[in-house]
Amino acid sequence: MGERFESVDATAARLREVDYLSDTNIAGVVYLAERLGKPVLVEGPAGVGKTELAKAVAATVGARLIRLQCYEGLDESKAIYEWNYKKQLLRIQADREHERDWETVESDIFSEAFLLTRPLLEAIRADEPVVLLIDEVDRVEVETEALLLEVLSDFQVSIPELGTIVGKQVPLVFLTSNNTRELSEALKRRCLFLHIDYPDIEREKEIVRVRVPEVDAALAGQIAKVVNSIRNIDLKKSPSISETIDWARTLVFLGRNEITPEVLGDTLHVLLKYQSDIAKTRKELGVDAPAVIKK
Amino acid sequence: MQWSKLDHAMSRGSGEVTILPTEPHMLDVLQGFVHELRIAGLPVSMTENLDAMRAVEFVSLDERESFKAALGATLVKNAGHYRVFDTVFEVFFSMFSPGVNADGESDLDADAQANFDELRAAMDQGGAMGQVSNEELAQMLLDALMRMDQNEMRMLAGAAVARFAGMEPGRPVGGAYYLYRTLRQLDADGLVSKMMARAQDEQQIGAGAFDERLAREDFEGRLKVLKELIEAEIRRRLVADRGVEAMARTLRKPLPEDVDFMHASREEMQLLQRAIYPLTRALAARLAQRRRHRRRGHLDFRQTVRHSMSYGGVPVEPKFKRPRPSKPEIMVVADISGSVASFARFTLQFVYAMQSEFSKVRSWVFIDGVDEVTRFFDESQELSEAIHRVNTEADVVWVDGHSDYGHAFEVWHERHIREVTKKSSVILLGDARNNYHASQAWTVAEMRKRARKVFWLDPEPRGYWDTGDSIVSEYAPYCDGVYEVRNLRQLQKFVADVVEA
Repeated sequence: MGERFESVDATAARLREVDYLSDTNIAGVVYLAERLGKPVLVEGPAGVGKTELAKAVAATVGARLIRLQCYEGLDESKAIYEWNYKKQLLRIQADREHERDWETVESDIFSEAFLLTRPLLEAIRADEPVVLLIDEVDRVEVETEALLLEVLSDFQVSIPELGTIVGKQVPLVFLTSNNTRELSEALKRRCLFLHIDYPDIEREKEIVRVRVPEVDAALAGQIAKVVNSIRNIDLKKSPSISETIDWARTLVFLGRNEITPEVLGDTLHVLLKYQSDIAKTRKELGVDAPAVIKK
Repeated sequence: MQWSKLDHAMSRGSGEVTILPTEPHMLDVLQGFVHELRIAGLPVSMTENLDAMRAVEFVSLDERESFKAALGATLVKNAGHYRVFDTVFEVFFSMFSPGVNADGESDLDADAQANFDELRAAMDQGGAMGQVSNEELAQMLLDALMRMDQNEMRMLAGAAVARFAGMEPGRPVGGAYYLYRTLRQLDADGLVSKMMARAQDEQQIGAGAFDERLAREDFEGRLKVLKELIEAEIRRRLVADRGVEAMARTLRKPLPEDVDFMHASREEMQLLQRAIYPLTRALAARLAQRRRHRRRGHLDFRQTVRHSMSYGGVPVEPKFKRPRPSKPEIMVVADISGSVASFARFTLQFVYAMQSEFSKVRSWVFIDGVDEVTRFFDESQELSEAIHRVNTEADVVWVDGHSDYGHAFEVWHERHIREVTKKSSVILLGDARNNYHASQAWTVAEMRKRARKVFWLDPEPRGYWDTGDSIVSEYAPYCDGVYEVRNLRQLQKFVADVVEA
């Protein structure tokens, strides 16, 4: 089975092939998840590549990514399956003219054709390999979480009218959380836990080089150092990896291959999104406001 | 491709699994490890324990970092608990640490590789690098730091500890002492400037103050790594000397939510500071949700009819209005005298971080005089700034700057009692150590008559209440609840109770 991960190092190498730079911790947990067949709960600040990890893993193993975006009020009918009421009503109306008996009608309208599959059922029924991503699971209510739990532990869904649908495979599952609320113990117990934090200078430098190939090694190193320095300041919202990449692209676009205080001052708003954060960073790093504002 | 199913994986033969030669021993160590984690307060369940045992079948101890990742992923389910996990892991598995990866990962360039081999040879021959002089060792360390070569650094850290720490078996000295000795001998404080000088010689960094700052931060980061390596080496030797359990006991650290406000070290203070924001956010989200879902509101007729359109006019799904319960108003009156200052600071911070959950928050601080500080929180953009202003600008001294609850409450009563309404919950903070002044407990009784609820939070352990000059029990009869709040866990529970109330 060439698709499986051989070891932690092999996992890291294969993630790298799809431009995802992991570290031992990330690769280790992914490897383990695949070996143990357990879901991974990924937690960490916004923009450190939690969702990206699931996408990268899917690309690596050549699986289809099925994504369930969570939000407050998400329920069974949006997460697992729903009967297509409107279509069923139409069918009943159409059938009326043929004067069919109720049994036939019922078996008719509660068949696959009238079933709307939602992400979880889709993942369970899939024939081809899939990776299931349950994004921002901390946004759903506790009751919905219990529902997810049930599906995740058995990988089967019972539809009263159709019977139990059992998964042909246990897909790799990633759940991401921004930690806006404490998830239930039961859910945490079932998952492997992976906390992704901001990367260190070396790794961020590599990430910049991979994602923005136009940037040379020296500039990438400088970018990583500056971002690291800004993260050391106590801010409302520290720059995330995606903002680092945006910044690198901005620098390329402006044709800068060196970061001077002036360049940083002009482009700081790409990295930071709060005016108070920008002001504080300027003061801390001794960087002036852009010339336009100064006048 | 086929992902292994859970039970399938359990029953799978050991053919493709690396079984460690020391497996029974390994499991014993793992059990001790989990036991110690539990003592430290981590909630490790049976399932998680089993998961960890299965996980180590797939990752061998030789790959130390992967091994640690495997244990971390199965046993730790809260990012705040990693610090405790790290310490316990280092103690339990430092004995297995090979020092340098067995195959000495060769991603060094040829030059460095030669250096490295030489070093290793020297180590093999003369114990702790007998032939290398102190200067040469320092030079090699600087080279390694400049290249940020972790393997070499680890090796050199080992050599430095052997040479400089002066560790003797059975000596009852903590690791910090040996760390200090080693770092002093290596001139750790001077290393950053040496690295700076070297980098400037080689023109790696520009001349400006900005570039210099960046380089300095980079080098400080590297020095921190070196320090950690040295610390790990010392720990390894201490464990070898004293045994795992004893070391684990000495190094035991509380979880962030269990750190005592009154006795937090500087490092723990920072930890608390970082822990407080996510905690409040999580709590606020939970409360908001619970409030909204506690019960359904009235039938929303318009919505129901609108929705019935999609079912041909049959109201299949009734829609309800969302309930909008009123939020409580909070009045905090806090003692900020020396002994309880940090407690008051965290509580104020906590309450203000949750402002959105209350209709209004007002705050006062006192020692023997009392001053309203709501304005600082309204004016300042950031909580830390507001807290700083509370500490420096609030006018709280009346006579001698020793806590006088009686006088402070009297003044407060005179100025503000009319502003207390049935909507307000009053929270009094302090250890009630009144320096033998009069208690003026009637003021609290008056507050209770007018307020929705009056709570008292005491940062001292319950056993200390009413000893010495503490007079909690004189106020207690007039409060709806007196809580012991010594750590974030208790504070969080209290705030949840108040908002619920």
